[in-house]
Amino acid sequence: MAGVTSTDGLRVAGLRSALAGPFDLDLEGGAILAVSGPSGAGKTLFLRLLADLDPGEGMVVLNGENRQDMPAPLWRRRAPYVAAESGWWAPGVDDHFPLGDRESARAIAGRLGVAEALFGGPVARLSTGERQRLALTRALALNAPLLLLDEPTGPLDPDSTAKVEALLLERAAAGTIVVLVTHEEAQGTRLHARTLRIANRAPA
Amino acid sequence: MIVLGPTDLAVAALLLVMDAGVSLVLRLGLHGRLIWSSLRMVGQLVAVGFILKFVFALKNPWATLLIVVVMGAIAAREIAARPARPLTGLRGLSVSLVAVVLATLVTVGLALTTAIRPHPWYDPRYAIALTGIILGSVLNAGSLTLDGITSGAAREKNAIEAQLALGATYRQATTPLLRETLRRALLPIVNQMSAAGVITLPGIMTGQIIAGMDPMEAVKYQILLMFLLSGASGLAALVVAALALRHLTDARSRLRLDRLR
Repeated sequence: MAGVTSTDGLRVAGLRSALAGPFDLDLEGGAILAVSGPSGAGKTLFLRLLADLDPGEGMVVLNGENRQDMPAPLWRRRAPYVAAESGWWAPGVDDHFPLGDRESARAIAGRLGVAEALFGGPVARLSTGERQRLALTRALALNAPLLLLDEPTGPLDPDSTAKVEALLLERAAAGTIVVLVTHEEAQGTRLHARTLRIANRAPA
Repeated sequence: MIVLGPTDLAVAALLLVMDAGVSLVLRLGLHGRLIWSSLRMVGQLVAVGFILKFVFALKNPWATLLIVVVMGAIAAREIAARPARPLTGLRGLSVSLVAVVLATLVTVGLALTTAIRPHPWYDPRYAIALTGIILGSVLNAGSLTLDGITSGAAREKNAIEAQLALGATYRQATTPLLRETLRRALLPIVNQMSAAGVITLPGIMTGQIIAGMDPMEAVKYQILLMFLLSGASGLAALVVAALALRHLTDARSRLRLDRLR
């Protein structure tokens, strides 16, 4: 049991919405949590609740700070959520990266196996896998203490999956907490992750 | 002025019979609706003619106000009901009511107190006619905007939430949708202005010319009207967009599509 001085980590208590929960969670800094469960079990709802994208109640404290005490956009910058289906809001790939982040974004994308040339092109020409990795890059470029990833390797081949996992392990070693949804049990093992099984929209 | 008699209208109605004939021969299945809508049109217009005649004779500000309010309420209801995905509850109606009142009040008020200045200022001949024309534009721009925002928010859910999920404010995340929607809502008035006089002779101007007004005078009225209409369209679109977007979020900057039917 951690002492009162330790505020490091993610504490979740009684997090629920009309559709899902309650969820309780206690993760120390650098932990990876693999969320699994059958389709429609509520894994995405859980991540959206953590991201504060769906209305709900309950307590979420990250590194000693309650998310209710900060504006929602600030919270989401600290806990970026990457949906299973990536969203794009401008024609060009580069338009999705803030000017100051473009250097580091290219470096991250390069490590995920995405060619730098794609940044100058249109989103419409990206493959599903490229979109997924670039959406992940957007979140990783924020250097946030918590990452909420909905099936980040879903549409990826084993080679790309390994690259993503290596980067996530590296981030976790540096103290980032990662909560990811996975359909593959072996992924949790490869990431030395704790597991949370969800069924019927609540922890199983 | 050439006064129309019942026979004149009956002769013109033959054209409608021709339309119905085409529908019958080509089996368009439209003849029933064609006849019905034309009967409705005649009924509505004759009723309005009687009401206007009555109110014009009254010259009473309250009677004028009542007519204007009824017209505005109908326009607001239409705007709220048109979208493919309307806002739930009374949200849509509250949005459209504010927009109708604001856009109409500002433009009609401006016209009646500066350019036209009838005596008395509430002279129903001007107040009601002006309101009617302006409400048409408000209805057009308002319903295009409301549908653009609600359908657009549902369609662009992934794009908007992807931005929110990275820490963007709701305003940042919805700016592309706002721009796109306002552009579409203001295109009709832009087209109307560029076509005026070249491709189309605007209805008001044509009416005044037929009624015997000097063409230059009729043109001046039409120019004034176009400015009023573009102002009303812009105001209505802006207000509807801002209020509708506000209804689709909450204190935690979420996208609340559960507020759409």
